[in-house]
Amino acid sequence: MIEFWTRFARNKGAVFGLVVLVGVIALAAFAHMLFPQSPWRMTGAPFQPPGAQPGHWLGTDTLGRDIAAGIAHGARVSILVGLVSTAVAVGIGVIAGAVAGYFGGLIDTAVMRFTEFFQTIPSVVLAIVLVAILQPSIESIIIAIAIVSWPPVARLVRGEFLTLRTREFVEAARVIGQSDTRIILTQILPNSLSPVIVTASLMVATAILLESAIAFLGLGDRNMMSWGYMIGAARTVIREAWWMSFFPGFAIFITVLAINLVGEGLNDALNPRLARQGRQ
Amino acid sequence: MATLEFVARRLVWAVFVILGIIIVNFILLRLAPGDPAAIMAGQAGATDEQYIAQLRAQFGLDRPLHVQLYTYIFDVARLDLGFSARQQVPVADLIFQRMPATLLLTGVAFLFSLGVGILLGALASRRAGGWADSFITVLALAAYATPIYWLGLMLILLFSVWLGWLPAYGMATIGGGAGGLAYSLDVARHLLMPALTLGLFYMAVYARLTRASMLEVQDQDFVKTAKAKGLPDWRITRAHVLRNAVLPVISYAGFQAGHLVGGAVLVETVFGWPGIGRLAFDALLQRDYNLLLGVFLFTAIMVIVFNIITDIVYTLVDPRIEVGR
Repeated sequence: MIEFWTRFARNKGAVFGLVVLVGVIALAAFAHMLFPQSPWRMTGAPFQPPGAQPGHWLGTDTLGRDIAAGIAHGARVSILVGLVSTAVAVGIGVIAGAVAGYFGGLIDTAVMRFTEFFQTIPSVVLAIVLVAILQPSIESIIIAIAIVSWPPVARLVRGEFLTLRTREFVEAARVIGQSDTRIILTQILPNSLSPVIVTASLMVATAILLESAIAFLGLGDRNMMSWGYMIGAARTVIREAWWMSFFPGFAIFITVLAINLVGEGLNDALNPRLARQGRQ
Repeated sequence: MATLEFVARRLVWAVFVILGIIIVNFILLRLAPGDPAAIMAGQAGATDEQYIAQLRAQFGLDRPLHVQLYTYIFDVARLDLGFSARQQVPVADLIFQRMPATLLLTGVAFLFSLGVGILLGALASRRAGGWADSFITVLALAAYATPIYWLGLMLILLFSVWLGWLPAYGMATIGGGAGGLAYSLDVARHLLMPALTLGLFYMAVYARLTRASMLEVQDQDFVKTAKAKGLPDWRITRAHVLRNAVLPVISYAGFQAGHLVGGAVLVETVFGWPGIGRLAFDALLQRDYNLLLGVFLFTAIMVIVFNIITDIVYTLVDPRIEVGR
C-alpha cells in the first residue's frame, strides 16, 4: 500500500488531479449545505454578470437562478452518473469478457462478435436515441451510457483471461477440482483487476462527458440540475451572457481533466512495467 | 489470394452487421412511445377507433411482429424509411437533402485532424521533451477533457462575439449570391470553426499515435542503414520513418468515423450547420421518433461502410499485414 502511494505520488499531475477530484466530490456532498435553496429557484435578477449582485459571485442565468448553486448541485449528477454507469458497464464487460476468455471456442467467437457489433454502432448517437426512447430520466441516462461503454472492458478482460487461463496456478486449481465459477472469481479475476481499474477510472471521465452532452441536447433528468443542461439553456444567449455557459463548461473540463490525471497516476502505480515502457 | 478472401469475409460480416442494426432499429421503433396509427390519425384530425384500426391494417401494424420485421427490412433495402411524423415528408428525402453539408463538415474535420495531427506528432518525435512534444502532451490532455459543444461555444465567444472575425451560425450568409468563388469563400469562413471544433480531439489522438509510432520505427535497422548511408536527417524522417510510422495511424482512422458522427450532432447544433446532426437534434426536440431513428440507422450504416473501406484500403496499401485480428 505504501509502495502504491509512493509510485502514485511520483506523478505530480496525478496528485493535482486527486486534489481537484476530492474538491469536486466535497462540493457534491455538501451542495445542500452550501446552497440550501433549490438550484431551480429564482434567487435574484436575471442576466446578472459575476459579482454584480452580492451572493451571486458567478452571476445568475436567464431566469435569475444562481450559477454557483447550479454548479454545486450539478456536481452530484455528474459524479453519480459517472460512477454508477461505469460500475454497470464494468459489470457487463467483465462478465462478457470473462466468459469469452475462459471458455473460448464457439462461446468466445459469439461473445466477441456481439461486442464488435456494439463497437461499430456510433456510441453517442445510440446513447441519445436510447435516452429519447426510454424517456429522459436519471435511470435511462445511466442505462444508455452503460450500454454504449461496456465493449472495451469486455475486450480487455477477455485478453487477460486468455493469457491467465493457461498459467500454472489456474491449472493447479483445476486439478484440485475447483469449479469454473470459483476459478474465474477467485483465481483469474483478482489477477486481471489492475488494468480493469485503470480503464474504469478513465471510463468515469467519458461517462461524465457523455452525460453532459445528453443534458446539453435537452435530454437530462428534469428534476436534477446538471452542468450540461446549464450550458444547453445558456447556448442561445452566448452573445449577451458568456458566464452562463463558461462556468459550467469549465467545471466539466476541470473534473474530467482531474479524473484523467488520476487514471494516469493509477496506471503508473498499478502497472509499473507498462508505465515505464509507455514513457520511453 | 489471402487478401481477396479477407475482403470477402469483411463484406459478409458487414452485411450481417447492417442486418443487425436494422433489427435493433426496428425494436427501438416499436419501443418508442405512442401508437404510430393513433399519431397518424391524430394528424388527420380523426380520433374514432374504426379509422385507427383501418390505418393499422393499411400499414401492416396488425400483423405479427416477425412479418412486420420482414417487411421493414425490405422497406429499408428500398430506402423507404417511412414518413417524418411532423414534417409530412419521407425521412429518406430529408436525410439526403442534409447529407452534403454533413459530408463536407466531417470530411474537412477528418482531413484536418489527420494532416495536422501527423505533422505535430512527427515534429514531437524529433526531439523528445522539446517544445512540440510538451505542446502535444498538454493539447491531448486538454482535448480529452473538453466537452466538444462547449469548445464550439467558446470559439464562438472568442472569434465571433469578441473579435468579430468569423460568422457564428449557419453555412452561408443569407442573401449572399449562389455559386461562384465568393460563395465558396463564404462557406469556407462558416466552416472553419465547426471543422476545427470537430477535428481537435482526433488531431490530438493522431499526434500522440504518430509520435509513439515514429519513436518505435526510429530504432529499426533500416533507419540505421539510412543513417549509415549518410542521408540527411529530414530525408530519413520523411521518406523512411514517417512512411512506415503512418500506417498504424491510418488503420486507426476507421475508429474515428463513429465518433465524427456523434460529434457532428453536437457541433451542428451549436453552429446551426444544416446537416443530418442538426436534423437529429430537431427530431429530438419535436419527439419525431421515426425521423430520429431514420438518422440513427443511416449514420450507423455509413460508419460501417466507412470502416470496411478503411480496412480494405489498409490491406491493399500494406500487404505485409494480415488484418485477421
